[in-house]
Amino acid sequence: MDWSVLGENAGLLAQGLLVTLEVSVSALILALALGVAVATLRVAPSQPLRAIAAAYVEFLRNIPLLVQLFFLFFALPSAGIRLPAFVCGVLALGVYTSAFVAEAIRSGISAVPRGQLEAGLSSGMRYATVMRTIVLPQAVAKTIPPLGNTALNLIKNSSLVSTISVLDILGTANLIGARSFQYVPMFVGAAICYLILTLPAAFAVNRLEKRYAR
Amino acid sequence: MSAAIEFSGVQKWFGPNHVLADIDLSIATGEVVVVIGPSGSGKSTLLRCINGLEAVQQGTVVVDGRRLTAQGGELAAIRREVGMVFQAFHLYPHKTALENITLAPITVKRIPREQAETEARALLERVGLPEKAGAYPAQLSGGQQQRVAIARALAMQPKVLLFDEPTSALDPEMIKEVLDVMKALAHTGITMIVVTHEMGFAREVGDRVVFMDGGRIVEQASPEVFFSAPSNPRAQLFLSKILRSEGALS
Ligand SMILES: Nc1ncnc2c1ncn2[C@@H]1O[C@H](COP(=O)(O)OP(=O)(O)OP(=O)(O)O)[C@@H](O)[C@H]1O
Ligand SMILES: [Mg+2]
Repeated sequence: MDWSVLGENAGLLAQGLLVTLEVSVSALILALALGVAVATLRVAPSQPLRAIAAAYVEFLRNIPLLVQLFFLFFALPSAGIRLPAFVCGVLALGVYTSAFVAEAIRSGISAVPRGQLEAGLSSGMRYATVMRTIVLPQAVAKTIPPLGNTALNLIKNSSLVSTISVLDILGTANLIGARSFQYVPMFVGAAICYLILTLPAAFAVNRLEKRYAR
Repeated sequence: MSAAIEFSGVQKWFGPNHVLADIDLSIATGEVVVVIGPSGSGKSTLLRCINGLEAVQQGTVVVDGRRLTAQGGELAAIRREVGMVFQAFHLYPHKTALENITLAPITVKRIPREQAETEARALLERVGLPEKAGAYPAQLSGGQQQRVAIARALAMQPKVLLFDEPTSALDPEMIKEVLDVMKALAHTGITMIVVTHEMGFAREVGDRVVFMDGGRIVEQASPEVFFSAPSNPRAQLFLSKILRSEGALS
C-alpha cells in the first residue's frame, strides 16, 4: 500500500471536493424551492391540489435515487433530450430531495397546535397574517432538525453522481484508484473529504436545533 | 337597548351529532353570562360560533349588530370586537408576553409600536404582571400565562370577551388569581360569556346562568334562582354532582 498516492493527487481530490460541494449546494437550493412550494400545496384549502402534492411526494421518495439519475442520464437521450452529466446530477438529487423537504415542512406546520391558529384568528388577524407571524415561525423551528438531516443525506447521496461520470469526490478517488491500483488510500482520502463537508454541516444543524428549541 | 349577542334558531351538527339544537339566546350589552353543563353538551361550540371559529349551519348569530351566517358574514369585523380566552391559554411561545399582547393591535389596527407597547404595559399592570413584559410563555406559571392571555384579549379593546373554561387547566392555587382578574373585568361593563365549573364565580358576578345539555339550552335563570332551585331535573343532577365535588375539595 502506497499512501504517497494521496499526497500526489491531493489537488485532484480537492477539485472533486469542490464538485461535490457545487452539486450539493445547487441541488439543495432546487430542493428547498420545490419543497416549500409542494409543502404549501399540501396544506392548501383545495383538495385536488393537496392530492397532486401528495402524489408528487410519494412518487419521488419511493423510487430509488439511482433509478431517477439513470433515467435522466441514460433514458432521456433516447427521447432526444441530452443533458450534461452535472445537470442530470443536480436535477435528480434536487427533485428527489424536494420530496423530503416538502414532507419536513408539512409536518412542521401540522406540529403547530391548532390553538395557535385559533388564537391568532380570534384576535382579528387575517389567515395569511396568522400563518406568517405565528404558525410558520414555529413550524420552521420544528423543521430545522429534519431539514438538517435531509441536507446531510443530500451531501452523502451526491456521491451517486460518480456513476454517471461526474468527477466528484468519489468519482475522482475511484478513477485514481483504478489507475494506480491504490484503492485503499484513495477511498480513505474520499471518506475524509466527505467528513470535511458533513461534520461541519452536522455541527451547524446541532447549533440551529438548540437555538430554535423554545 | 339592542342585544350584544343574539342567537336565533341556530343549528349545528358534527356529522350525525346534533351539537347545537334550536339555540335562541339574547345577551345584553354588559351582561355576564355563565354557561355550564356536562361535558360534550355544546358549551365550547356555542362560544366558538360567536367569533366564527365554528360556522353555524342554520340560523344566525348577530354580534353587535353584525350578522354571522353559514357563509361567514361580517366575520373579520366581528373578530376585532370579540376577544377569546382559551382553556389552554394558547400564548405564542416564540414571543414575549409584551409581544403576545401587541401583535394584533400592531398588525390589525396598525397602532404604532410604541403606543401599543405602552398600552400593553398598562394591561400587564391591570392583570398584576407588570414585571413580566419580557418573559416568554415557557417562563411563566399557568396562572400567569392565563393572565397574559386575558391581557392579550383585552388589547384589541373588544366589546365582548369569551372565556372557555379559563381555569380548568390550572393548579388550584392559581385559580384564584385568574378569577380575581375576571371578577374585576366583570364590573367594567364589558360583555362576558364564561364557560366554567367555578360555581363561586357564577354566584358572585354572574348576571345569568345558562345550563346546556345535549346541545340545547335547557334552563336559564339568575344565579340566585338557579343555584337554590333549578327547575330542570338534569340541572338538579348536574348541580348536586358539582356541589358535592366542590364540597370534597374544601
Ligand atoms: N371539531 C369537532 N368535530 C367533531 N365533533 C366535535 C368537534 N368539536 C366538538 N365535537 C363534538 O361536539 C359535541 C359538543 O362539543 P363541545 O366541545 O362544544 O362540548 P363542551 O360542552 O364544551 O364539552 P367539555 O365540557 O368537555 O368541554 C361533543 O359531542 C363533541 O364530541
Ligand atoms: Mg368545552
